[in-house]
Amino acid sequence: MSLLAVDHVIKRFRGLTAVDGVSFEVAEGDIFAVIGPNGAGKTTLFNLIAGVLTPDQGTITFAGERIDGQTPDAIARRGIGRTFQLVRPFPALTVEDNALIGALLRRSKVETARAHAQEVLRRLDLYDKRHQLASALTLPDRKRLEVARALATDPKLLLLDEVMAGLRPAETDRMVAILRELNRDRGIAILLIEHVMRAVMALAARVLVLHHGAAIAEGVPEAVVRNQAVIDSYLGAEAL
Amino acid sequence: MMGALNPRGRALLLGVLAALIAAPLVADRYLMSVLILIFYFAFVGQAWNLMMGFAGQLSLGHALYVGLGGYVSALLWLKFGIGPWLGVFAAIAVATAFGAVIGWLGFRFGIEGVYFALLTIAFAEFTRVAFDHIDYAGAAGGLFLRVEEEGRWWDLRGGPLLFYYLALALAAGALVLTAWLARTRLGYQWLAVREDEQAARALGIDVFRAKMAAVLISSGLTAVGGVFTAFYNNNLFPSRVFDINRSIEIILAPVVGGLGTVFGPVVGAFILTPLGEALTALTERLGINAPGVKAVFYGLALMVIIVLRPAGVWPWLARVLRLTEHRP
Repeated sequence: MSLLAVDHVIKRFRGLTAVDGVSFEVAEGDIFAVIGPNGAGKTTLFNLIAGVLTPDQGTITFAGERIDGQTPDAIARRGIGRTFQLVRPFPALTVEDNALIGALLRRSKVETARAHAQEVLRRLDLYDKRHQLASALTLPDRKRLEVARALATDPKLLLLDEVMAGLRPAETDRMVAILRELNRDRGIAILLIEHVMRAVMALAARVLVLHHGAAIAEGVPEAVVRNQAVIDSYLGAEAL
Repeated sequence: MMGALNPRGRALLLGVLAALIAAPLVADRYLMSVLILIFYFAFVGQAWNLMMGFAGQLSLGHALYVGLGGYVSALLWLKFGIGPWLGVFAAIAVATAFGAVIGWLGFRFGIEGVYFALLTIAFAEFTRVAFDHIDYAGAAGGLFLRVEEEGRWWDLRGGPLLFYYLALALAAGALVLTAWLARTRLGYQWLAVREDEQAARALGIDVFRAKMAAVLISSGLTAVGGVFTAFYNNNLFPSRVFDINRSIEIILAPVVGGLGTVFGPVVGAFILTPLGEALTALTERLGINAPGVKAVFYGLALMVIIVLRPAGVWPWLARVLRLTEHRP
């Protein structure tokens, strides 16, 4: 059974159809990527899944239950963790307290949650910076903190909105390695929106390509990057 | 960042507390009255700080809860002979009911920031106008409680000593409550809501619930302060207790001391109340009778403090005196 099923979802903004009948499924333990040019509707699709927006038509099912139209906090409690494309850590709090707040979702005792938060921070290479204020972090660290905070909520599915953007190749490779480990060790399914094809090719088992809100291709990454429609609309020939 | 007190900080805290417990042995009536004011502002400042400093919800109408607490307990006492120790529960119930309505209106309909603050002012003002016309509560003429100096602590009738220790206990209790809340899940949820509501939601936090909890706890605590002032001052006038100036007075100590810190309201109260008293004494000594002179100097002093220590005096004091746990 699939963990997440998006079924013929449509979202319009004043005549513009941002997401136009998109369907796909993410299996448990899967890493699934959504790619496409700017304005293709990727972030809208994400916000529909995360509950920030409600679809005009279609259904979204998570772990066997309809989640479309639910609030973002209810969806987080069901087990979907997310990051924001423009990172939004809690700036005046320490790195540790940021992760701690995520960990408190499923732990009522602060000390238990703190131990869990520290474990997550270790995984994301942020343990040594745990007493720094989030506002003092560099962009790559903030992106990692964004992942750490979502991860601390013990999600079954992690939605990552361009966590590689702005990272240097070495940092991208490190993030790819971290995400792979998480997926392997904890069986967390990952749905990522990504422009960095290097990361997509290295991580994703399946790829969905959006263009003008519609899905134009879906499949294993190696096949998708050779798809003529994808090359024309998004990648360009040089990507090969 | 909320550093916990280190052994040195704890020692200083206990020293100050011991000195305050012993103070009535040496303090004269005037000094006692100043200390009572300090404790009162530390207490209500703490209550306001839970809502603004921790949960990020600006209220400029906390006089509403002070006034309601005072009126409810005074009316129960005057009309039914029900003492304040019992009346305080009714006071809390009425104030939190008002808090619930304001919170529900604001948070359900997305009235945020300064607009929410306007809503809190509006409620305080409406209530002031209403009480001006409620004959049962003395209307604009107010209520008076009979002054009785021989101690009947169970009715909260007595001299300065009774009110001194009660105010000290209230201030200390609010401090302990805040320190505890700051370390609970709810306390951290408040910080998340204050910092970024959308990110808080993404972490599964029910933002409406967290904000409502802040308003209810804050309004209930503030009502306790209202019961105290009613029985301490022995009078209540709508134009005084519900006045917006009272609301502003409440927020100054936590702002000056440090928003969102456990000790900020206490430190702020220890700075501002003596400052006000000193300015009164000074203008009297200099024979300046022009109205507003004291307010001008008070305002200037506030500006200087806030420009020099924008994050509040407490975080700076804790660093300089090394009172909190230092983390690399």
